[in-house]
Amino acid sequence: MSVPTLAVWKFASCDGCQLTLLDCEDELLTLAGRVQIATFLEASSDIVGGPYDVSLVEGSITTPADERRIKEIREQSKVLVTIGACATAGGVQALRNFADIDEFASVVYAKPEYLDTLATSTPAAAHVKVDYQLQGCPIDRGQLLGTLAALLVGRKPRLPAKTVCTECKLRGVTCVVVAEGIPCLGPVTHAGCGALCPSYHRGCYGCFGPAATPNSAALIPVLHRDGMSGGDVDRVFSTFNVANFAAERHDR
Amino acid sequence: MTPEIRTLSVGALTRVEGEGALHVTLTDGVVESVELNIYEPPRFFEAFLRGRAYTEPPDITARVCGICPVAYQISASNAIEDACGVTVPPELVALRRLLYCGEWIHSHALHIFLLHTPDFLGYPDGISLAKDRPDLIERGLAIKKTGNRLMEEIGGRAIHPINVRLGGFYSVPHKHDLEPLAEMLRRSLDDALDILRSVSEFDFPDVEFDHELLSLADGERYPIENGTIKRSDGPSFDVAEFSDHIVEAQVKHSTALHAALDGERFLTGPLARYSLNSAALSPIAREAAAAAGLGRVCRNPFRSILVRAVEVIYAIEESLRIIAEYEPPARPFVDVPARAGVGHGVSEAPRGLLYHRYEIGDDNLIRSATIVPPTAQNQAAIEHEMAELVAANLTSDDATLTSLCERSIRNHDPCISCSAHFLTLTIDRK
Repeated sequence: MSVPTLAVWKFASCDGCQLTLLDCEDELLTLAGRVQIATFLEASSDIVGGPYDVSLVEGSITTPADERRIKEIREQSKVLVTIGACATAGGVQALRNFADIDEFASVVYAKPEYLDTLATSTPAAAHVKVDYQLQGCPIDRGQLLGTLAALLVGRKPRLPAKTVCTECKLRGVTCVVVAEGIPCLGPVTHAGCGALCPSYHRGCYGCFGPAATPNSAALIPVLHRDGMSGGDVDRVFSTFNVANFAAERHDR
Repeated sequence: MTPEIRTLSVGALTRVEGEGALHVTLTDGVVESVELNIYEPPRFFEAFLRGRAYTEPPDITARVCGICPVAYQISASNAIEDACGVTVPPELVALRRLLYCGEWIHSHALHIFLLHTPDFLGYPDGISLAKDRPDLIERGLAIKKTGNRLMEEIGGRAIHPINVRLGGFYSVPHKHDLEPLAEMLRRSLDDALDILRSVSEFDFPDVEFDHELLSLADGERYPIENGTIKRSDGPSFDVAEFSDHIVEAQVKHSTALHAALDGERFLTGPLARYSLNSAALSPIAREAAAAAGLGRVCRNPFRSILVRAVEVIYAIEESLRIIAEYEPPARPFVDVPARAGVGHGVSEAPRGLLYHRYEIGDDNLIRSATIVPPTAQNQAAIEHEMAELVAANLTSDDATLTSLCERSIRNHDPCISCSAHFLTLTIDRK
């Protein structure tokens, strides 16, 4: 059997999710022995053409050129996995979807006419078929390794769509809402982080995006009870997964 | 007679963080223009920060850069605490410095071992180099892991830490939580000292550049999480005067804004930091630097790999010092009540000085935000160095020159995601 090929691609993003692969210090060299890392600009000057067995896609689609590039990558990839909030939900830069892009550009750039940018920031899935997606801002290293290992042996990756609350209970962390009235998005947020924030005495702020069927209508009165204003609630749902949370809010 | 025109191009610059391009034009053997094209798509952070709560910039701006999120969190916190008139007590500042040391160790190790060393040894990447030089790469990854574990312990995770807030942290570690880290750090210190000796034997092109240097200074300590602004060719100035001296302008070939210091190109980052602060290094780091052949000032960007290795040694020692002196603070944070006004904040990101400025309104929301990342500040200096290197090596063939340009860019570990993003390398020789 030939060695499977892996490609890593970047669109509009912070680089953090592809960095997660290089952060696998104990596993990186082992992984490199099992797959051919064919294209990974951040890590290597060797660039091998497609087709690829697995493509990891980081970042959101924000330019006309990138709309074309994601389609070319799809054609070259047997399995396409999006990694992180930008690639799965449009990222924090999708705040532009709810604003005037020309006004945004004029705030940052003196000559916005030099820019070639779309009015929206969209996930890969809005443009091409995506086989698996890893949520999170950033993704969890364990989930990334688990997914690559599953694809290597030819089984489906295990990416349960449960909530941060479930992980928090399994871990035995004291509930920050019940014990201390700290506002927490754990009940509506997708699992994957291992309930990190509550374990640091902080309410979840939703960086993994919405869980499969988030009941935000039930949670929001609790957030208000624990001291969040209407503006605070709107803002906490409008960060790294703003587009996906907006689509899942049924309280309005 | 028609001018002699040569063109070189490379599709994408590799082993840098983010994506970009380079364009060099030579007419009759004279360098006509050098452009570092950053066309990574803009993400408009400064626009969407308006209207956010004054408590949000540390979490939001961390997402500018996955490689140096702590730099963004700390510069943002410094700026907002300045606006609100709050001073964070020294024991919490020490913990911030410890977290920041983790970022320096991980980010510098990433650059030294996976991005930069392959240039000196003629490999396409650190992974293929690992087969022949496990002494460098396997131990390098172990050092990187130490930095990441430090960030995970203090920050919750290495990328976009969750434990940083205005005024300090959500929770602070017990003293015994830090013991296993101290053991890892001690092992990494031995590795880092040993590796600096190996790296100092690399073949370094003999060049120096005369940019003005800009860095923070922090009294007797090497600057990391705060400081005042120091420069090589003029008097120091206060953080609040940053925008009087450093002005950003937009250029057509880049989505990163170009900055100038009093109208001139300048350099920030490890070379500037080291050259302006080498006397503040710890004795072990200073001796290691001298043994590796570094003087008190280093203006050769190819030798920046040595400076980064020295800074790794310093950050490890500094971490051990902070851990040894650590007693859990009575409270993990101090309150930072909102106050309308303007605040400025700086810190030394692994790639150089990172400036944030926020204006907070009466409604406790951000009215305006300005972020000046190190790579935007360095863009003019990077272009100048490439122009000089190309001019000095005109007899080289196209492939050699192209590779020299790529190396010249990599010397500065540009973070294109920070500055906007994208490098594709094209060199036109007309």
